[in-house]
Amino acid sequence: MSKIILTPKEQPQVPLEVDTILPDTLAGKSIEEIKSMHIQYGNSEVELKEFFDVDGESGENPSELQIEFNGDVYNTKRIGEGMTTGEIVVKGNASMYVGAKMKGGKITVEGDVEGWAGRNMEGGEIVVMGNAGDYLGSAYRGDWRGMRGGKITVHGNAGREIAEYMLGGKIQINGNVKMLPGIHMNGGVLIIDGNVISRTGGEMKGGTIIVKGKIDEFLPGFEFLGAENDIEIDGEVIPGSFYKFRGDFATKGADGLVYAATAKNAHIVP
Amino acid sequence: MEYIIKNGMVYDPLNNIDGEKMDICIRDGKIVDSVSKSAEVVDASGKTVMAGGVEPHTHIAGPKVNLGRMMRPEDSEKDAEAKSGDRRSGSGFSVPSTFMTGYRYTEMGYTTAMEAAMPPLVARHTHEEMVDTPILDKGAYPLLGNNWFVMEYLKNGEVEECAAYIAWLMRATKGYAIKVVNPCGTEAWGWGGNVHGINDPAPHFGITGAEMIKGLVEANEMLGLPHSVHLHCNDLGHPGNYETTLASFDIAKNIKASPKYGKRDISLYGTHVQYHSYGGTSWRDFESEAPAIADYVNKNDHIAIDVGQITLDETTTMTADGPMEFDLYTLTGFKWANCDVELETGSGVVPFIYSSKNPVHSTQWAIGMELFLLTKDPGKIMMTTDHPNAGPFIRYPRIMAWLMSSKYRNDLIENELHSWAQKKSSIATIDREYSLYEIAQVTRATAARVLGLSETKGHLGVGADADVAVYSFNPETQDASSDYMAVETVFRKADHVFKDGEIVVKNGEVVKPRMDGRTYWVNCNFNEELERNVISDVQKKFKQYYTINFENYEVGNEYMRRSTPIEIKCK
Repeated sequence: MSKIILTPKEQPQVPLEVDTILPDTLAGKSIEEIKSMHIQYGNSEVELKEFFDVDGESGENPSELQIEFNGDVYNTKRIGEGMTTGEIVVKGNASMYVGAKMKGGKITVEGDVEGWAGRNMEGGEIVVMGNAGDYLGSAYRGDWRGMRGGKITVHGNAGREIAEYMLGGKIQINGNVKMLPGIHMNGGVLIIDGNVISRTGGEMKGGTIIVKGKIDEFLPGFEFLGAENDIEIDGEVIPGSFYKFRGDFATKGADGLVYAATAKNAHIVP
Repeated sequence: MEYIIKNGMVYDPLNNIDGEKMDICIRDGKIVDSVSKSAEVVDASGKTVMAGGVEPHTHIAGPKVNLGRMMRPEDSEKDAEAKSGDRRSGSGFSVPSTFMTGYRYTEMGYTTAMEAAMPPLVARHTHEEMVDTPILDKGAYPLLGNNWFVMEYLKNGEVEECAAYIAWLMRATKGYAIKVVNPCGTEAWGWGGNVHGINDPAPHFGITGAEMIKGLVEANEMLGLPHSVHLHCNDLGHPGNYETTLASFDIAKNIKASPKYGKRDISLYGTHVQYHSYGGTSWRDFESEAPAIADYVNKNDHIAIDVGQITLDETTTMTADGPMEFDLYTLTGFKWANCDVELETGSGVVPFIYSSKNPVHSTQWAIGMELFLLTKDPGKIMMTTDHPNAGPFIRYPRIMAWLMSSKYRNDLIENELHSWAQKKSSIATIDREYSLYEIAQVTRATAARVLGLSETKGHLGVGADADVAVYSFNPETQDASSDYMAVETVFRKADHVFKDGEIVVKNGEVVKPRMDGRTYWVNCNFNEELERNVISDVQKKFKQYYTINFENYEVGNEYMRRSTPIEIKCK
């Protein structure tokens, strides 16, 4: 696998946007050509080399190409937006829209990501070693068609309204999440190992949410179906004992499922 | 500035020019006989030349258009253009922002566009957005089909008072023509209902849609306005509605057109008739009745229609037909907005996805095409998508290609569309193909004439505004029937467009993005005494019922950069 290393010089106060820097677009270009590719800096376009040192070796085949952001790019947005193949590694934090509209390939962020990571994602994989912000794997503002496929794994915590309008694919959060995970969810799987503050699955119509930690406050629009052990979702067995709910009957034709670990959620059972 | 557009193949139906190789001379913003040697030459050899396009019915400005923009950020994300030079940025696929609307119409060679629904109370907002829509000449039609004053006057048989009210309202709101949407239905929606057909009375007022249409057509001809009554019939989008449509059209049959400006010969304009040509009793036995509607149009000279062609896109529906939008919302479950505009009208907005795989949508596509192809005289029919309701206006070139190529249509019918398109309509049996001359009629000449603007618009005769579109389509070597993809490409981005004698588009790109267009409105001098009575009546109602003061109502000249009143003396 060939590798292009982008070492950030400094992160400006006005955000950078690098949706043009993808394995799809870098393949076949020389290092010199890559240096002069355009990225967005506020409302103007600048060359990549103005904010990044470019090293490494490019290749012809985008699926064999890895882009490494070698450092903290906390004010760089849209990393890997719309990528279809190859790999991106961020050796630090990243700003908003990591892997938005992603169709294939893999993105690994070793630090935290801001909001909207994996929004309207269709395929591929995003791994966040730190924490994720709000709207992880959600639909864009106004849209009712969210994440359709692919997989997102967050090793830390995530913010509010994650998996909004999710239609397919899988999101795994190892830590805790804030309000409204899986709001308007219509399909796919959301697994939360930690705790949820409130409103799990608000107005969900389909899909499955599994919470292994504690749900502080649960919505009244869910029907209690009893307890179940070692649940199976898409061929994968999730061990443990869970309370099972169907809802959210605040909306028409609801058929979403929420599983909450029995050990910590006796307070939400009717 | 002088220009000569040399050696183009000219299609100018209002002057009976059908593909003649000739030169078009331009001086001081007008078409002239000849120009001096210093005139700049634009070589149009091997190219098609037409007058600037005239859009008789679109929704590009005003509160519900803006509501569409606000409730659909995802539509803006789908289609965005960056700023470049003098050209401003913009966004929105189905509801483009104001500047982008102006640029995109102009790129297609359109130079005039009429906003077909202006709530009188929100006229200022409508004009503010029209000012921000560059290049195009514009006008707006005040909504009167559910207006309390109109209903009251017509219920009492006071057609003259109604005419005086309309004359005042056109001046106050800087309006251009009488627009009627689901007469009495939007008022009924204020009480949670609708009217069904034209003989169902409005609550409280008791007047029917039929009486409203008749009274407004009479008032329109009493005033002699340049355009006829612009009618969106009752029962839009409901199976079996074609009977209502035919009955509505028939109301104006014996009322003679008597414009005091322009050369219009119709007394009624039926808009987006595709939505009004449905047979059956439900979506299950729904079928096309377009042949019946086309037959009526063929046999009667008092009516002209536009189509509202489905383009099979994701779009945003918006109309003053509030109850219809609620029906649509219950059908789709998509987001829905609803507005009430006090004593005057209302509206609704719902996103919509027209899919070629959907049986109903495929049939709707076929019905629009049938209307185009079964109406014998293109002097009675106009190309619209009721933008953005049936699809965005940037699809006009695709509709042209469908009309000009039966092969294109058949490929679509055979390979893409749901089989209902063939089963429920006659579209698969029609092999008529439009010529460039007929395309020029349905996109320019007919609209200019029925709008009463054919003295200066829609043609290339001496004295016309120098609005000219040059397209890189060579009618001598290219065959639209087989090379339909070329039609779609070249009519989307014109080679050259002139507006008022200046080059505004070069090679498909807008080069004069800051130019201002005219605002046409009607200044009608009807009956001063009656008007005084009307105004005092209106002022009283403002105090009693409106949420704003009367003084906030009228639209001043500062709302137009190029105010272009059409003066009408009734005595």
